[in-house]
Amino acid sequence: MSITVQIPTALRRHTSGVGKLNCSAANLGELFSVLDEKFPELKPHLRDEAGQVRRFLNVYVNEEDIRFLGGPSYAFQDGDEILLVPSIAGGTE
Amino acid sequence: MAHYELRCRECGKTWGNQPRSICDDCFSPLEVSYDYDAVRGEFTREKISQRPPNIWRYSELLPLPQDFQPTLPVGFTPLLTAPKLAKALGTRKLFVKNDAVCLPTLSFKDRVVSVALSQARAFGFDTVSCSSTGNLANSVAAQAARNGFKAWIFIPADLEAAKILNTQVYGAKVVRIAGSYDQVNRLCSQIADEHQWGFVNVNLRPYYAEGSKTVGFEIAEQLGWRLPDNVVVPMAGGSLIVKIKKAFDELITLGLVDPKQVKFFGAQATGCSPISTAVKNGNAEIEPQKPATIARSLAIGNPADGHYAIKVITKSGGWSEDVSDAEVVESIQLLAETEGVFTETAGGVTVGCTRKLVRDGRISPDETTVVCITGNGLKTTDALAGAYEADDAIAPKLAEFERFLSNTLEVPEAVEA
Repeated sequence: MSITVQIPTALRRHTSGVGKLNCSAANLGELFSVLDEKFPELKPHLRDEAGQVRRFLNVYVNEEDIRFLGGPSYAFQDGDEILLVPSIAGGTE
Repeated sequence: MAHYELRCRECGKTWGNQPRSICDDCFSPLEVSYDYDAVRGEFTREKISQRPPNIWRYSELLPLPQDFQPTLPVGFTPLLTAPKLAKALGTRKLFVKNDAVCLPTLSFKDRVVSVALSQARAFGFDTVSCSSTGNLANSVAAQAARNGFKAWIFIPADLEAAKILNTQVYGAKVVRIAGSYDQVNRLCSQIADEHQWGFVNVNLRPYYAEGSKTVGFEIAEQLGWRLPDNVVVPMAGGSLIVKIKKAFDELITLGLVDPKQVKFFGAQATGCSPISTAVKNGNAEIEPQKPATIARSLAIGNPADGHYAIKVITKSGGWSEDVSDAEVVESIQLLAETEGVFTETAGGVTVGCTRKLVRDGRISPDETTVVCITGNGLKTTDALAGAYEADDAIAPKLAEFERFLSNTLEVPEAVEA
């Protein structure tokens, strides 16, 4: 099984410019483990101190927000294309 | 040197001024922050009152390039007293902030776009772009034409026909996407990653969003430099309500108004209510939704500023409501019949939610409440399809009219000469 993950420009300075990666992760947790191993500098940008996906990071599977598919429990299918996209907010408190 | 710059909301890192909306370090949103001491002497009631009636009277608190010359008199829309609407809703001191007549394209988006395009020019973009549920598309297209930019506009394919036509007429390239706004928005983030365009609500978003503050500045000035007790604001991405709060806070910081705890009330359509659902359930975060509502201009299921909107509402002691599509239509009619303001579906949402908030005692009749109307009904006439039957035409003869009159149930009262 193989999935593809796209890394946005904003994060590529932590991946030595790599913007696309193939791997065999079975779910979101495994995908993060793969990314952690390959790109140790990327880790703090994807998850907060408690290990949760960062609030402003959206994860899509084949154009669908992963939260509609069951979030971390979603089992990746062969050929899935995963997008990491920053949420564009402009807020204040 | 500019008296403003981009700053990360979460980690505080500053980024100067550049087309960028997220912090590379922590992936959080950037916001424009100002050196308030640098503008304290210029941003005064007296000086502002001598300037032309448009949003540029608040220039010191907008992120404008130094040599910027406005090409349009945007904003300074009427703040209407609304006694008949107030009576119908069961309250008393009610005002309507009427951005249905904002220039140049009849929605509050003209405010944000004009600020964003000032920076698009400064950053050297020749093409501007946006993802939009309609009003933003109209405004980017019109102001791009006025200011000599090429425009690429990305919209959900099922948008109201009037909003598509009102974009194409300005010569903009319209790209219809077979998907929801949230999907269009996500695509635009990817496109902005690849193309050197000025996306007003992606890489120019921190500047763009500041334009929304002018709604708040105007409300305060038009109330005689006083803050209202309550504001009711429609929520799509959740940015407007957050920026009105910022505007009020800035006026307090600079001493133009007395400090006051204004309560913020957010309005959504029940068919797309991620923010009101979170507020009602006491959640600090958004659960995204798949929108299903006629209020398409508010149909954002994954609101970018939802987290901040929830904070503003709950910290202020306000609340968030949502209304059905049927209530949206009734409320459009109510506002039109009571105050002569024809608003689009988003305005129906806001009026309908205000009614609920008064009914439930969350808005007190003795308090001053401002209802923000952000768009014009002429753009969403399909929402009223079937609401009115056309009478049969009559012959151009007085006798015909007299017969018609006698057949009409409600005979108008005689006007005294």
